[in-house]
Amino acid sequence: MKGRVSWRVRHVWERNFRVFVRTWKVSFLPPIFDSLFFLVALGYGLGQFVQAIDGVEYARFVAPAIVAIGIMNASYYETTYGSFVRMYYQKTFDALIATPVTIEEVIVGEILWGATKAVVYTALILPLLALFGVISLPGSLILLGLALLGGLLFGAIGLCFTAWTPSIDTLSYPQFLFITPMMVISGTFFPIESLPMPIQYVAFALMPLAHLVSLSRALTLPAPAQMGLFSLLWLVVVTVVVVLIAVRQMRRRLVV
Amino acid sequence: MPAPVIVAEGLLKRFGDLVAVDGCSFVVNEGEVFGFLGPNGAGKTSTMRMISCVSPKSGGRLEVFGLDVERHPREIKALIGVVSQENNLDPDLSVFENLVVFARFFEIDRTEAARRAEELIDFFGLREKRDTAIEFLSGGMKRRLTIARALINRPRLVILDEPTTGLDPQARSLIWERLRELRGRGSTVLLSTHYLEEAERFCDRLVIMDRGKVLVDGRPDEIVSSYMGRSVVETVDTPDVIAFLEREEIGFERFGDLVHITIDSAEPLVHRLVEDCNPERLFVRSATLEDVFLRLTGRGLKD
Repeated sequence: MKGRVSWRVRHVWERNFRVFVRTWKVSFLPPIFDSLFFLVALGYGLGQFVQAIDGVEYARFVAPAIVAIGIMNASYYETTYGSFVRMYYQKTFDALIATPVTIEEVIVGEILWGATKAVVYTALILPLLALFGVISLPGSLILLGLALLGGLLFGAIGLCFTAWTPSIDTLSYPQFLFITPMMVISGTFFPIESLPMPIQYVAFALMPLAHLVSLSRALTLPAPAQMGLFSLLWLVVVTVVVVLIAVRQMRRRLVV
Repeated sequence: MPAPVIVAEGLLKRFGDLVAVDGCSFVVNEGEVFGFLGPNGAGKTSTMRMISCVSPKSGGRLEVFGLDVERHPREIKALIGVVSQENNLDPDLSVFENLVVFARFFEIDRTEAARRAEELIDFFGLREKRDTAIEFLSGGMKRRLTIARALINRPRLVILDEPTTGLDPQARSLIWERLRELRGRGSTVLLSTHYLEEAERFCDRLVIMDRGKVLVDGRPDEIVSSYMGRSVVETVDTPDVIAFLEREEIGFERFGDLVHITIDSAEPLVHRLVEDCNPERLFVRSATLEDVFLRLTGRGLKD
């Protein structure tokens, strides 16, 4: 990748940003509503039947996971459906690589944009959750940093699927085979410790969301956080690896 | 003699087992309008994509502005403007925004980008559509904007893949006018087209390609006179006419119920044809590039 990725990635980012600003009214609503539904349905609806977990009220237990899911969805959907539309239907990438921008810069720019969306959404969700009193400000602002890391990872994961998918329809496969199961067993809505050990191992070995949730809790809840450091390390290493895979796979698809 | 803008030698492009470009050699000189002609699947687009540094070559030598395409893609891409066959304008942005956003990819600063965008909007007659979203533009306007966008970096070489395909005569003529104007300012223009009449009129030099190979290379008028002779005599396909032509050992081609004879001076032949066979239909016209094209690439459908 040497010499192929320069500061010019900012132009790719800037292009997406410009479009985002043009359509901000539509773009801002989904994360707000998603999080709101989760909070009301789980935190308050289900929460009434659930006792405190490790001394934490259920709504407060779920809140960091809602943020983590928001981070995942914002970046993952941006670099799957969003990037696929740009690549396949709008031919935006073709136009870009006819300029001094390299294909590697396009890919990295897309991942960075996915991460940016995760940060923007987190910035929208946090005050909302604070309003309901399930998360505390300004302490939880540290989750913006988590959004950047998680956004890079899920942005890169999304691009891997975009590089692989033959059509926009087949993008639903990674969604129901990977994203949805992960959303349920990553310790999001109940403590991961209540799952059988083998599943816990699988979750922590393979599921980025499990680490994102674990780190999100470690950063916001007073409970002791031995897992936090491990999760941080796992996320950093896996992010680097997946970004490299995404660049490689997209190159394969686009450079013919 | 200035250095050539493009030098290709034994250029090769493979897609798996398919050889799309099979050892092409050609030179494009500075300030020329250079045409790539050929049926679908001839390898025109593949060749242009390699020149644009977006598709890696499989073999041979290819230099643009004296720079190797593999080693200096960024430098080359900064000097060229590319108009691809497919519309790849940004549908989320307006006409003006499409131009300025694109300028940023060339590291052109914002004020300069805006200045050039306004200039190009006028040059391509898009003033009234400046703030219109792309989806509301007609096909001709979209093509004009795509060409305008390719000029935002003031390229020394403009590469256009079928710039006039699917447009009405007015839009086509405006595009040709602008391309000639660019040439007048010293830019080199490289394009592919299916409109042979346009190529004959507007290209300084051209190549005809088929199945990945360059079949001819030269000025349109020279190509026509060297391959065809100056005139084409067209008459009906009757046993009399065929017998006469075979007896006289004059070469001919049959198309449906017609016979074509290409020849340098048509008059003596016409006289004798009328005397000997008195065909019910006889027509003499100048040979065109289309005659050469069909003779070289065959009449069968290509895809």
